[in-house]
Amino acid sequence: MGTSYTAPTNPDWWREPIERTEVVWITLAFSWCVFMFGWMIAWHWIGNQNMRNEAYQTTPEKFSKHLSEQAAKYAVRKDASMPDEDVIAPPPGSDVYLAGMQWQWRPILELQKGQTYRLHMSSLDVGHGFSLQPENINFQVYPGYEQVLNLTPNKSGTFSIACGEYCGGVNAVGHHTMLGRIYVKE
Amino acid sequence: MATTTMSDFRVDPVSGLKVNRTANKLVQWNAFAAVVFLLVGGLFGLLVALTRMPSVQLLPPELFYMALTAHGLVNLAVWIIFFEMALLYFCGAHLLNNRIATPAWAWTQFWLMLVGAALVAVAVLGGKSSVMMTSYPPLQAEPHFYLGLILFAVGALIGCFVFLGTLVVAKREKTYQGSLPLVVYGGLIACIIAIFTIVSGALILIPTFAWSIGLIGHIDPMMYRVVWWAFGHSSQQINVTAHIAIWYLIAGLVFGAKPMSEKVSRFAFLLYILFLQLGSVHHLLSDPGLTSAWKVFNTSYMVYLAVLASMIHGLTVPGSIEVAQRRKGLDTGMFTWLRKAPWGNPVFSGMFLSLLGFGFIGGITGVVMSVEQINMIIHNTMYLPGHFHGTLVAGTTMAFMAVTYYLIPVVFQRKLALAGMAKLQPYVFSLGAWVFSIALMGAGTLGVQRRHADITFAGQPLAYEYPEIAKGLMDLGEIFAVIMAVGAIMFILVVLASIFTGERITEGSAPWPKVEDADVTAEKAGRKHIGAGGFEAPGTFVLALVLFVTIVLYYFINFKYLSTVWGMS
Repeated sequence: MGTSYTAPTNPDWWREPIERTEVVWITLAFSWCVFMFGWMIAWHWIGNQNMRNEAYQTTPEKFSKHLSEQAAKYAVRKDASMPDEDVIAPPPGSDVYLAGMQWQWRPILELQKGQTYRLHMSSLDVGHGFSLQPENINFQVYPGYEQVLNLTPNKSGTFSIACGEYCGGVNAVGHHTMLGRIYVKE
Repeated sequence: MATTTMSDFRVDPVSGLKVNRTANKLVQWNAFAAVVFLLVGGLFGLLVALTRMPSVQLLPPELFYMALTAHGLVNLAVWIIFFEMALLYFCGAHLLNNRIATPAWAWTQFWLMLVGAALVAVAVLGGKSSVMMTSYPPLQAEPHFYLGLILFAVGALIGCFVFLGTLVVAKREKTYQGSLPLVVYGGLIACIIAIFTIVSGALILIPTFAWSIGLIGHIDPMMYRVVWWAFGHSSQQINVTAHIAIWYLIAGLVFGAKPMSEKVSRFAFLLYILFLQLGSVHHLLSDPGLTSAWKVFNTSYMVYLAVLASMIHGLTVPGSIEVAQRRKGLDTGMFTWLRKAPWGNPVFSGMFLSLLGFGFIGGITGVVMSVEQINMIIHNTMYLPGHFHGTLVAGTTMAFMAVTYYLIPVVFQRKLALAGMAKLQPYVFSLGAWVFSIALMGAGTLGVQRRHADITFAGQPLAYEYPEIAKGLMDLGEIFAVIMAVGAIMFILVVLASIFTGERITEGSAPWPKVEDADVTAEKAGRKHIGAGGFEAPGTFVLALVLFVTIVLYYFINFKYLSTVWGMS
């Protein structure tokens, strides 16, 4: 007797046996839950794509200083499509600094395929999203926080960085025009 | 003490349901406000859709960001929470043959929420608060934007406590026997999650308001995100809990179904209270400053126990319908029970489409995208709007629409007008929502970023061009967004036509024909054993296995894709 929207007719419903359909399904579903939990942990050892979750507090001033030091050391040429912009080519294994700001990602970087770099990301103003295309790798970037990641490009070519977090703007410039670039050499 | 008299109630002669007039009025006003806001938010959504179509691009960027902020807030918060208030009062009063506790406070809830929503609307339409519904600092909105949100939330909090008080009244005045009905229990779970949610919102929005008027100098952007998502994500968990309670309700109303097992269904609801909130971290997986151990524990809702709960409801709701149908004599074959279900009744079709849409589109993708590592190739792409339109539109909104079709005769005492349109509406709306969600998730997988006024980066020297297929998917998705909007407008037309011009149902006559409890039918017919192969609900089990295989395949496809991108450690 009874329905889902009336009080249970058996006051001792806690002791009613569970029917087989539910028992089998719950067993199967729970096993999958445990597997997914284990797999996510295991990927930290068996997978090559993991977040480092290394982070530091910083300030826009401190981070800007890293950027200008980096530019002084590793600028190699002016960019072909933006003649005012330096292309920065840090050596493999070194620290690379990349900043999001309203409304661009700077500097333009040149990396080598198969080499690993320590990429430091931060923002100089509001929250931004690092979005590497066409790889489609995405991170949040905030003012005051410096996130570090060991990055190993496994393809060569021209890659773009779009912004993944709404960061304001007007019609002509804004979140929708925020771009950066990474060149990867063979 | 009990001061109610019989004239405070009207009685449904068929179901015996006692309806308190004051409670009924509160359900009416909250539900009506909800539907008006659905219309407003939906129109903003349509503007967003027409701008995102790469071949149309209706609005310039500034107007687009304003429309997107308005669409997010109105549809995600205002429509849904007004409707949930109506739902809580319906559960606490109508379903328990009860009066409502402290009607004056309940009206305070209504007016505070309305004033709050109006303040937010003024701020957003003023054009200086286009900060998206998430309003992440250091982006700043006008003070009355935050103040409006706070008033709205306080109103909802009052509504939650009125509901709790109403349950106390029911217990004390013995309006029901024994344990709470499962549907009301689900409402109670939603209410508890709502209280947690709103308090989290207050913890972050009050300091942010103080910052906007200059009382506080700095809001840490990460701290804001951690606390804000305890509000932003958990509010979606209220919706999940509420629409699952509606699924059970409609299974009972249409089929006379009872839960396959009270114990299992209630335990699954309880798991939501314990673990669902941990999912707030889904939004923080690519953020700096949080450790992997913390992310893994929370993003999995502690070993996926909240996912387990949803998988349980996903089986037991259609399972309870199958058992009821088989008890009523449709005990042949695997899917006779489903084939012979009343597909022309929008109460049922809307509910079942909500179940399928939420499970297959919103649910599967939600589990996969919240894996710590897979999140990196999905985070903040168009995949997100795709996913949450699968949960919120195909799931929650469809379920709310379905139950509205049932409530109009009961609460507004009007027959459904435009019955033909109502019959078609769940199919049009779901078709739009499903294809829209899937297309946007496809575009997001190909990299298209969300919240962009122009995905072509027109005129930019460093412009990036998304693959042609991604742009095609955006066009396709937004065409179906228009179909979804047509479905929403059909719903609103049916509701307004019914409320204002529908045939009156006089007091003393029944809003709906009697549905016999499936158990009673089975007993009369002497039917004892049902199902096949030792399973009472074999058809549902097969459907559940289809879901299971889909999720396993989709999970590994995403890991395969992840393994091909740049190395990160």
